Amino acid sequence: MSKTRFIAKRLLECLVSLVVMSFVIFSLLYIAPGDPARSLVGAKKVTPELLSKIREQYHLDDPFLTQYTRWVHDAVSLEFGNSIKAGYPVIDYIAPHAAVTFQLVGLSLLLSIIIGVGLGVVSARRKGRLTDRIIDISSIIGTCSPSFALGLVLLYVFSYQFGIFPMYGIGEPGNLPDVLWHLILPAITLTVGVSALLIKITRSAMLKEVSSDYAVFMRARAIPTGKIVFSQLKNASAPVLTSTGLVLASLFGATVLIENVFSIPGLGVLLTTSVTFRDVPVVQFIALMLGGIICLTSAFVDILVYFFNPTIHRTPNNDKKAKGAS
Amino acid sequence: MESTTKDKKLKFSPAKKLELPPLRIILSVFFLLIIALWMAFPSLFAPDALSLDIHNAKLPAGSAGHLLGTDALGRDVLKLLIAGTDSAMIGPLCIAAGSLIIGLVLGSTAGWFGGFWDKIVSAYADLTLSMPSMLLAIVAAAIIGGGYWVSVLVMIILYSPFDIRLVRSAVMQQKSKPYIESTKMLNLGTVNILAKHIFPNIAMVVLVNFFLNIAYGLMSMSSLSFLGLGVGPKEADWGRQLSDGRELLSQNPAMSLSAGIIIIVTAVSINLIGSYLLERGGFDDN
Repeated sequence: MSKTRFIAKRLLECLVSLVVMSFVIFSLLYIAPGDPARSLVGAKKVTPELLSKIREQYHLDDPFLTQYTRWVHDAVSLEFGNSIKAGYPVIDYIAPHAAVTFQLVGLSLLLSIIIGVGLGVVSARRKGRLTDRIIDISSIIGTCSPSFALGLVLLYVFSYQFGIFPMYGIGEPGNLPDVLWHLILPAITLTVGVSALLIKITRSAMLKEVSSDYAVFMRARAIPTGKIVFSQLKNASAPVLTSTGLVLASLFGATVLIENVFSIPGLGVLLTTSVTFRDVPVVQFIALMLGGIICLTSAFVDILVYFFNPTIHRTPNNDKKAKGAS
Repeated sequence: MESTTKDKKLKFSPAKKLELPPLRIILSVFFLLIIALWMAFPSLFAPDALSLDIHNAKLPAGSAGHLLGTDALGRDVLKLLIAGTDSAMIGPLCIAAGSLIIGLVLGSTAGWFGGFWDKIVSAYADLTLSMPSMLLAIVAAAIIGGGYWVSVLVMIILYSPFDIRLVRSAVMQQKSKPYIESTKMLNLGTVNILAKHIFPNIAMVVLVNFFLNIAYGLMSMSSLSFLGLGVGPKEADWGRQLSDGRELLSQNPAMSLSAGIIIIVTAVSINLIGSYLLERGGFDDN
């Protein structure tokens, strides 16, 4: 497969899954019980005339496909409508929440890569020994602990019993050390599940390299262990990198729960409250934005990996532990 | 390939000592038996778990008559935990069974027939896998209007691609082996070959995956009920108990913690048994 064909194919895949996702989200909101016009006016008593006027204004009487294409057209021209609850454009409404979530996800992504890849390398190099088995068991426990349950246990132990970390919130806005201090415990909680996933992937990729001929040869030439590990890691990096989509999907999925546990005013809390308020534009925007980020990042990483090593077409991300970090 | 499996058999079959599984497996099985008993006879272990007793509300753990204390409505936390086993475990079992059935039907036909049908099924699996499942599940469960069985259905759809891929590749692996060639020669019929000859050989992998699906289903379903989607507000459920208990963290921390710990221990036990079976079945994890 030529490079351009690969890139085109990967981007097309990304586009298809975005279209399908938008279609699913839109049709879910369409078939949902309840009259959207009624929820727009809230609990007030209204005349049928007013309701039909609102329907007309929001094109709610149009056939399904017309509504969907109009919505896609608006979304492509970055016109996402107003939040029903707040009354002003969705993007302005979401921005401060998104900033919090991206800080949290970024912090735990950094921690997960350090811990996950590090322990994965250690466990592959110590295959079958005690260290490997300890890491293996703890990564099973990590993948099997629902993040919200783990978060609550950590919150109770470290914030409530020992009072080391703050209980909730994100601290004083603008004060970076304070914000980071508030985000540490939630980030650690998120990290546990995701780094367990990364340990598995890194370990199985590294196992092939550890026993390979070139590694043995390097050892025979007395090249320092650090250098050997580095070149092994470089060769094992492809499956780790292509799991980006998986890692981001589980991070964003888990962050919805974690934000609810630690009362962090991010996208997750916004999503759950908007869902209960039936604030349709906000729910659509958050779901599509996160889906788009996951899709595009994993496509970008796949293309990047392909450029460095064109012999790898695509590593199927069929690792079962994807759901582990939920 | 064939000779190695033969060697393995020769090495292990003659003097097979009765070997006890490791302690962690024994403990896991024991724990899951208790869970199964709680599930089967909730009224025996926790009679009238949902009866209110406002005068004894918010008692801390260790109070007389209430080992784990009481919740904000005066319900006994231990009884709630036992009564919640049902709603916490039945959903995951249905998810695992449902996605197993979809996986077996779609995966085996795709792997067996190949061609255009295989392309459609694989495209469906790839597409579903590329979706952020947890986010979609939350949005779907919330929008369609909660309901336990709606969440179960959404989860079955989101879990099935893993089963489809697994069964498909297992069937494709078996398909090219000589014993299947001979069944084809004997003209045994597709359904017959798939059910009687291929299935026994892939049953172990599928069973292990079934176990793992229960564990992940438990986590996903309790995540949804933690967010207030899925089960009703007055019902007993682990995820909901954990969420409700957050308000009582200072008066009775045992309410949240016991639910959180039981979810973790159950999921870990199921997963440990699954990976033990995987090891015993001789399948390489990598």
